[in-house]
Amino acid sequence: MPVEVLEKKNKNKQYKPILEGIPDWPVYRLSRNRKEFIEEVAQKSAERIKQLRPTRKQLIDELEATVYREQQRMKRNRWRVDPPDEGKFWSKIKQDLIDLTGKPLDEHSRKEEEILNIIVHRYASEIAGNFKPSSYRFAREMIKFWFSRLLNASRVKKFGGFFRNQYTLRDKIQIVGKVKQLRSLARKGTIVMVPTHFSNLDSILIGWIIHALGLPAFIYGAGLNLFNMKIFAYFMNSLGAYKVDRRKKNLPYLETLKMYSGIAIQRGAHSLFFPGGTRSRSGMIEKMLKLGLLSTTVEAQRNIYLNTPPGEKPQKIFVVPVTLNYHFVLEAPELIDDYLSIKGQDRYLPEQDPHGSWGLVKFMIKFFTKGSNISVSIGRGLDVLGNYVDDEGNSLDVHGRVINTEDYFISSGQLTVDAQRENEYTRMLSQRIVTEYHRINRIFASHLVAFVAFELWQKKHPKLDLFGLLRLPEEELVLDYAEFRKTCKRIRKKIYQLKKEDKANHATHLKGKIDLVIKHGLENVGIFHLKRPLLQNKEGNIITQDLNLLYYYHNRMVGYDLEKFI
Amino acid sequence: MTSRNLSDHPPVGVIGAGNFGSAVANLLARHRNVLLYARDEKVIKRITQTRENRGHSMHKNVTPTSDLQLLARECEVIFPIVPSSHFRSMMKKLSPHLHPYHILIHGTKGLDITLPKGQTIETVSKLNRSQVKTMSEVIREESVVVRVGCLAGPNLSKELAARHPAATVIASPFNEVISLGKKLLRNDRFQVYGNNELIGVELAGVLKNIIAIASGALSGMGYGENARGLLISRGVVEMIHVGRALGGNTKAFLGVAGIGDLVTTSNSTLSRNFQVGYKLAQGMTLEEILASMDEIAEGVNTVRIIKKCADYYKLRAPITTTLYKVLFEDLTVKQAISYLMRYPLNVDIDFLD
Repeated sequence: MPVEVLEKKNKNKQYKPILEGIPDWPVYRLSRNRKEFIEEVAQKSAERIKQLRPTRKQLIDELEATVYREQQRMKRNRWRVDPPDEGKFWSKIKQDLIDLTGKPLDEHSRKEEEILNIIVHRYASEIAGNFKPSSYRFAREMIKFWFSRLLNASRVKKFGGFFRNQYTLRDKIQIVGKVKQLRSLARKGTIVMVPTHFSNLDSILIGWIIHALGLPAFIYGAGLNLFNMKIFAYFMNSLGAYKVDRRKKNLPYLETLKMYSGIAIQRGAHSLFFPGGTRSRSGMIEKMLKLGLLSTTVEAQRNIYLNTPPGEKPQKIFVVPVTLNYHFVLEAPELIDDYLSIKGQDRYLPEQDPHGSWGLVKFMIKFFTKGSNISVSIGRGLDVLGNYVDDEGNSLDVHGRVINTEDYFISSGQLTVDAQRENEYTRMLSQRIVTEYHRINRIFASHLVAFVAFELWQKKHPKLDLFGLLRLPEEELVLDYAEFRKTCKRIRKKIYQLKKEDKANHATHLKGKIDLVIKHGLENVGIFHLKRPLLQNKEGNIITQDLNLLYYYHNRMVGYDLEKFI
Repeated sequence: MTSRNLSDHPPVGVIGAGNFGSAVANLLARHRNVLLYARDEKVIKRITQTRENRGHSMHKNVTPTSDLQLLARECEVIFPIVPSSHFRSMMKKLSPHLHPYHILIHGTKGLDITLPKGQTIETVSKLNRSQVKTMSEVIREESVVVRVGCLAGPNLSKELAARHPAATVIASPFNEVISLGKKLLRNDRFQVYGNNELIGVELAGVLKNIIAIASGALSGMGYGENARGLLISRGVVEMIHVGRALGGNTKAFLGVAGIGDLVTTSNSTLSRNFQVGYKLAQGMTLEEILASMDEIAEGVNTVRIIKKCADYYKLRAPITTTLYKVLFEDLTVKQAISYLMRYPLNVDIDFLD
């Protein structure tokens, strides 16, 4: 393939595991003490909820709301993973609550707390992952085996290619950035990896990357919908995933979830979560992060400082932003539809997954059998306040001076707990992560062509707003190649400039002859969609088959202020 | 009343022994020991010997010093109150001595600008937000301190010194900083309010100086209260319009630090900014006026900066741009007023939706 030539040859480096035996892995230790861990999570969550709902009435109201929401969820949106005894469980809770409120208050002194305990305990067990070394090894080998079979079958065009080992995943997935530092930090403290989230593939991809980098398995929150299919559930479980059920928005559930993540981090389990919450609907790099799970890192770090006995070195938490860069996102059509209907004030938005897990499997087969590489950028490590850390894990200020992270939690000489302060810290950390995303994001040729084409069409219709533009019939949209080429070149120059200023990054294939770069971009942008977002017609001019999709891929480059150079 | 256990607490630092700095040091000294930093050894000597500084009689708990390192070591809470043009260089000197446990509450109502090499404020044609910073942003950029706040409101130093009733706003995203500021500054003649909109409050304090110059000019022309009422109400609209474009929240402009400070400064002959406008209307040139003042009138620089920001962001800011022409080009105050009176836009309130 001519396209491959443009890509710098992967170093294809093998990383040795940083911890030899699985029994040393924090995630393993966590799962061995699973029962006791769940107890701790449940107990602390219950305490937290009682703090948040201090009066008896507030607590009972909260529990009633929880039951109501759970019963509504079961009525409307049941999934295969949902345990069969759910209905019975919540009816029982409901009955207990009715009994409770029917009687005068003093009789049932602690009954509502008991109910709360039962609920959070159920949630904690539901969330908890179940890491088993044997199935981890098995799953890992399975994935490796099948991926490389598929890869070789498609690329080595010879009889028996299926059984060759000429290509490995590392050819397909490039890992760039601060790999060495990440490996070093993982030995010195606890890693919290925070990747961007565009596709359901992310969860599996990142699991493989962690393994490829020689890191012990991370615990991570995976959407419960991925557990609907048994084979996926098996892999996810064995890779250290815990379950996040986005249908459940009630306070006890959210607090239990945060507590689970927080305590695991405090216990030194490397963790991973997608701080954007769900997949980016618009295709833009996340600008607003969900602060809930992120706040657990700040809180965990503070608790570590509080609980470390004097004389011992407190364990440090390192936040590592990661961006996943694709030419193609399988779910793009549905995602952008969702986005546009939200933006267009259409309130109804079903939580569904039209592809299901089989769709994902089919996509992965497509992905591995056809072109289109993925690249993963590992960002520089940050402390929980968003300061860069060096390879030793020391936090540095902007002038490179070593600072003590503990000082951020000190007031009048004392280490203090201040929830409002920590909320603010979480917000600062999230802004920092967003900046880092943009900085380490690798701009692909496909992003460039999508961005330029869409912006040019927007410019040609200055009177139309976004929805007006998207309603234009695709047949009428043609861009003159010469003009398109000129603009691509100009924007590419600006991207170089951004890279120089350390505000963005780009793939190596973006360099070289602009015609080749454009060709690469056009060949790869949204490559497997039925309707291609961008094509050349017979005259060589630029056309689209699906403007919504083009808008989606264009959005990847929003946030760099490049629109004004079109 | 409050000095009972003064020695139990570490001292509080004030950087800048100007008019407002001295007033704040005296307010703080009622609750804590205060280290007051001054660059000039003569000032330190004068305070030590005579307890007098810029018309303030300095409280006995105030100790002057020229040692920034000592100040940062002794004090966890520091109030930097130096002119905006020196603020960044002061922060660069202070920064190596600061730690994340420090809390900084500044009292400077001006903006910082970073220009491309070889450019000056006179030559640069437009300014965008990445080049224009509030003082809290300078603190964040130059140091590791994150718990930052500002002091804003109608605080004419001479009235504070005379113990007239007054109020101030402590703005910070951190409630911790606000409650600390309250504890340190509040007394029976001085009320302290809290606000979480740091940037908005800072911008309110900065932008009101523009209106204060304009108000001085009206007085200098001998115009009465109708004119001032018009100016102040249109001034608020312009402040909010510009302030929002620069990242401030509307609410911040409607409180003590916004309207409160605006009304005070626009009516006060004590205000330096007001004086600038007044003398302009009387026919003095800007150079003559600035030469006659002992301290910087922040408003003059602010007009220059905001005018160039307004150009960049294509903002409608008739008062600022007209005032710019009066200050730096050759429009007379009279021409300016007649231009503004014919300005076409006349919607009363457009910022509350």
